[in-house]
Amino acid sequence: MARPTRRGFLVGLAAGSAALVTAGSVFSGDPPAAAGDDRDELGMLYDATRCVGCKACMAACKRVNGDYGALAFERAPFDPDGLWDAPQDLSGSTRTLIKLFKQSESEWSYVKYSCMHCRKPSCVSVCPVSAMTRDPKTGIVDYSKDTCIGCRYCQVACAFNIPRFQWDSAAPQIVKCDLCKHTHLEKTGVTACAGACPVGAITFGRRHDLLAEARRRLAEKPGSYLGHIYGEHEVGGTNHLYLAAMPFNKLGLPQLPAEPPAEFSEKIQHTIYKGFVAPVALYGALCWLALRNLKKQPHGDGSRAPGDREEDRHEP
Amino acid sequence: MSHDDFQRHEASIFTPAFFALLLLTLIGFFLVAMRFVKGIGAVSNMSDGYPWGIWITYDVATGTAIACGGYAMAILVYIRNQMSYHPMIRSAVLTSLFGYGLAGFSVMVDVGRPWNAYNFFIPSKWQVNSAMFEVALCVMAYTTVLLIEFLPALLTRLEEADSRSLRRLADRLHRRIGVAPDRLMTRIEWARAGAAWLRPRLDKVLIFIIVLGITLPTMHQSSLGSLLLIASTKLHPLWHTGFLPLLFLINCVYIGYSICILESVLSSYAFKRPFETRELTGLAAIIPWVTVIWLSVVVGDLLWRGQLGKVFAFDFYAGFFLLEIGLVAGGAFILFSRANRASVRWLFVSAAMIVLGGALYRFNVYLIGFNPGDGWRYFPSLAEFLITVGIIAFEILCYKVLVKVLPVLPRLHGRDHAPPAAPPLTQPH
Repeated sequence: MARPTRRGFLVGLAAGSAALVTAGSVFSGDPPAAAGDDRDELGMLYDATRCVGCKACMAACKRVNGDYGALAFERAPFDPDGLWDAPQDLSGSTRTLIKLFKQSESEWSYVKYSCMHCRKPSCVSVCPVSAMTRDPKTGIVDYSKDTCIGCRYCQVACAFNIPRFQWDSAAPQIVKCDLCKHTHLEKTGVTACAGACPVGAITFGRRHDLLAEARRRLAEKPGSYLGHIYGEHEVGGTNHLYLAAMPFNKLGLPQLPAEPPAEFSEKIQHTIYKGFVAPVALYGALCWLALRNLKKQPHGDGSRAPGDREEDRHEP
Repeated sequence: MSHDDFQRHEASIFTPAFFALLLLTLIGFFLVAMRFVKGIGAVSNMSDGYPWGIWITYDVATGTAIACGGYAMAILVYIRNQMSYHPMIRSAVLTSLFGYGLAGFSVMVDVGRPWNAYNFFIPSKWQVNSAMFEVALCVMAYTTVLLIEFLPALLTRLEEADSRSLRRLADRLHRRIGVAPDRLMTRIEWARAGAAWLRPRLDKVLIFIIVLGITLPTMHQSSLGSLLLIASTKLHPLWHTGFLPLLFLINCVYIGYSICILESVLSSYAFKRPFETRELTGLAAIIPWVTVIWLSVVVGDLLWRGQLGKVFAFDFYAGFFLLEIGLVAGGAFILFSRANRASVRWLFVSAAMIVLGGALYRFNVYLIGFNPGDGWRYFPSLAEFLITVGIIAFEILCYKVLVKVLPVLPRLHGRDHAPPAAPPLTQPH
């Protein structure tokens, strides 16, 4: 009785491993997300030296994306009637935010926060169900609430702490800028914030052109800027670029290496799971060991004689 | 796979401890209900900076390591061929089953949009770069494997049950609701015959399931470490290393063996059974060597990355690092002594130290060493804490009930387990 069953199972196992190895080709064949060409990729250039802190971009963002992104007004303690939208930080209701950094009475700078649209985004790399995606053409990092399971791994992964979660909702979403992909960009061809900016502090365009423009400004007025385009190389490059006169880490933009964190983690994950060979090999080797060990047992894999059991077992 | 190694613990189910655990469980589940109505923010202190709190850190990352007893024992019994430990395996598998089942339950409480979880089964949504994807699939598969591994206990019980209480219950019901006694008996006979038919067949293939139950934890326990690889800018350099998967894997093995010792001592004490000193002494001989490998990787990696100096910074992070290392190394040091390994007291103390140190390592990686930037703070709220407590209480409650209903605990053979001063055997046969 034992032998045919086990042989049958072994045959099935062999077929199963073959299927797994075939499936493994799916596992190993993912193309790198970072594209080489930045001529098509869309992004924004925020120039902190031009920003006047009017927050028109914040208002425009919430007006345009409020319904699509389930964004609410955030009340201030002095405003029980909820007349004002008073976000203090990026949040489950706020995709973009202007803050003022004051070093002294004469030295200060505004700064705008929103998704950096990384070229090798950590959030896309870690999302288990592909709810975070990066458009291979435009480079827009987008979020789908219909796929998201709400595990918040994207929040853990993002070096800029950009994705926010709707903590007070029974049906919470991740909230982050998607360059108005489904709203303003579709209708007008620019993002709501760039369209609203009265002083040209937010420039919307292709990454290649934005970089050229940033370099032009740096060359034109080298004294007004720190000689660094934030986002050109940080974590593998971002499509949202910054120019400023203050050190970026003081403005809340962390100092980051040029190597994308996602490259490091994927390298290790791919080494372990290349073609799914290692797990299958491990299973095979362990099966062989366990079967060999079982054969050595005096009773094999069967039970002891049934007589043993009856004398041991007494129901009270 | 001899089923005669196990027996049911004959005692009353409804003890005072039962009701205390039930109360904690009910409080926890009430708060879980509140979380589903009012959102996660209503019960927890998690924030956008600390999106993972104790539910992930304890219930998932640490809880599954503590539930690695089944994994560690299966390696010992089936791969290292130490069949003398076989009697301990069923209670280890049962606690593993609860550990993993409740980790899965906690995940469903923790994730914001659990109704979308079906996407894990849709190949076009698979995201194989994600360690989370790997962990999720492996944990689901492993929970199923544990269920199958535990099935023999249930089948044996079904076969041998006299179903007296079921009949008594049927008699007490009104004729209209109750099933006619003869029909009830046929049903019971069917179940009995089904169990008798299934059990030997399951026995033949069980070894392949058991080996799957060794492969899957190897994969997902290492991936639990891989989860934090991405946080290279947030996790303190004392813990962020490319060796995270390896360290988590070894970590769960020594936690697994130590928890087997703790469970055995505690259940012997609680159920007033003789201590299984001989088996525990043998187990305890393995643990220090596993921890030595782990400590070597930790220290070697710090040297290699040139971060050893951070240990002597004696700041907040170094303190927790030293505590973690000290607990593990201290516990292992105790177990290197042959005399200590034969003493139930020292076994308990050292196993507890190693479990605490190993668990602290996981807390350090997931929470304590995790710094998302200035201005973010996290300490669990009372409700968040009570949900975790409720889940643990539920786990212990189910364990206590099941060992009294199913043949789980090692069978007592006359007197040969009794004397606690039995000569220590490192390799019992």
